[in-house]
Amino acid sequence: MLNIDVEFRRGSFTLAAKVDIEGGVTGVFGPSGSGKSTLLALLAGLLKAQRGTLTFDGRTLADAATGTFVPAWQRHFGLVFQDGQLFPHLSVRSNLLYGYRHLAPSERRFELDTVTKLLEIDPLLRRRPVHLSGGERQRVALGRALLYSPRLLLMDEPLSSLDERLKQQILPFLKRVKEETGVPMIYVSHSRAEVDYLADRVLLMSEGRLGAAGS
Amino acid sequence: MELTAEEWDAVALSAKVALCATALCLPTGILFGWLMARREFAGKWILDTLVQLPMVLPPVVPGYLLLLLLGTRGPIGKWLLDAFGIVIAFTWKGAVLASATMAFPLMVQPVRLAFRLIDQRLEQAALTLGATPWRAFATITVPLAFPGIVAGSVLCFSRSLGEFGATMAFVGNIPGETRTLPLAIYSYTHVPNGDAAAMRLALLSILLALAALGTSHWIGRRAERLLGQSRPRDERA
Repeated sequence: MLNIDVEFRRGSFTLAAKVDIEGGVTGVFGPSGSGKSTLLALLAGLLKAQRGTLTFDGRTLADAATGTFVPAWQRHFGLVFQDGQLFPHLSVRSNLLYGYRHLAPSERRFELDTVTKLLEIDPLLRRRPVHLSGGERQRVALGRALLYSPRLLLMDEPLSSLDERLKQQILPFLKRVKEETGVPMIYVSHSRAEVDYLADRVLLMSEGRLGAAGS
Repeated sequence: MELTAEEWDAVALSAKVALCATALCLPTGILFGWLMARREFAGKWILDTLVQLPMVLPPVVPGYLLLLLLGTRGPIGKWLLDAFGIVIAFTWKGAVLASATMAFPLMVQPVRLAFRLIDQRLEQAALTLGATPWRAFATITVPLAFPGIVAGSVLCFSRSLGEFGATMAFVGNIPGETRTLPLAIYSYTHVPNGDAAAMRLALLSILLALAALGTSHWIGRRAERLLGQSRPRDERA
């Protein structure tokens, strides 16, 4: 599905990853500063690797040698950020539909009703992000990414800004998304417990190197 | 307070010049503010200094330079006249250009600051949701910078209403064509029995300035509420 063979340098930091990822949920576990967010930015098309190739379902997304680079807005991957990054000037409903509206009707795999029920955010639709709790915000961010019908869902420590009690509340939703939508996911976290709970296989990230860590 | 026809001319002309100058500065100021907030390039500080310069120069100087460049014998002015038959010096269009030159830095400053304060990850989030960079700019960046854009526009409009030195040097003081409010006030103070008219126009200037500031304050408050920076009671439910 996703074939990664890239090298990215910024200052003294180097990220090197060579791995093939299949469907289901792939957990990427590693300490802060190990390059997990950089890896996701490379996959999402927000950063360009200096060397190597990236292909998804046979399509080349990036190839440093030929200069091929599919930008973020054409990759059709969803990215859920650590702190949600909801658009503060838009209602929850407009946030949810932001990516959905960029899709042709034939590309839409999920509808607003289904996603809001799945994540139990239907009572929040008219609110603004500032009036949401941390847990609600992350569920809306997840819903927004899902409604974009992503071919791959990238999650960058989506629970790390929440306290333990909220984490325990949200984890079942993530599991539900995994089981009910079948969207392949890459789930990045510095919490081994989260990764083990959700992932079908786990990769280890350490000092910019991505490697296998068993399943 | 009754105004004579000549006084009304000055008020209407001022409003026209200030609105046109603001309309001219708005798109260019947004583009320039964004460039200054988000891009690094060679010669950035030179460009920045040039744009800010009218704020610290005596206003007559930019006006005089505009005249040298755009007067009918100036290099650009002569070309405009020969090629298109357009005359800018000593016309109301010149007054717009003089006002815009002087007010541009006041438009740019708040816009630039507003762009700098926006979390760029919001724009990245938009890109990962299928928005092209232009679409992300139009639907995320500009609305979030809206309070700064409004503040810049009001400053620009007010500065244009008050423009005097550059206008005088570039387009003169021609009744009905380039005699804006400040020039009219100045003229009335130099004719016998002109005090009453000068006072009426001075009061009107104060009212216009207060109205502009009031509008800016009101729009700023509304924008803050929409962006969720304050919590009004009616949205809590």
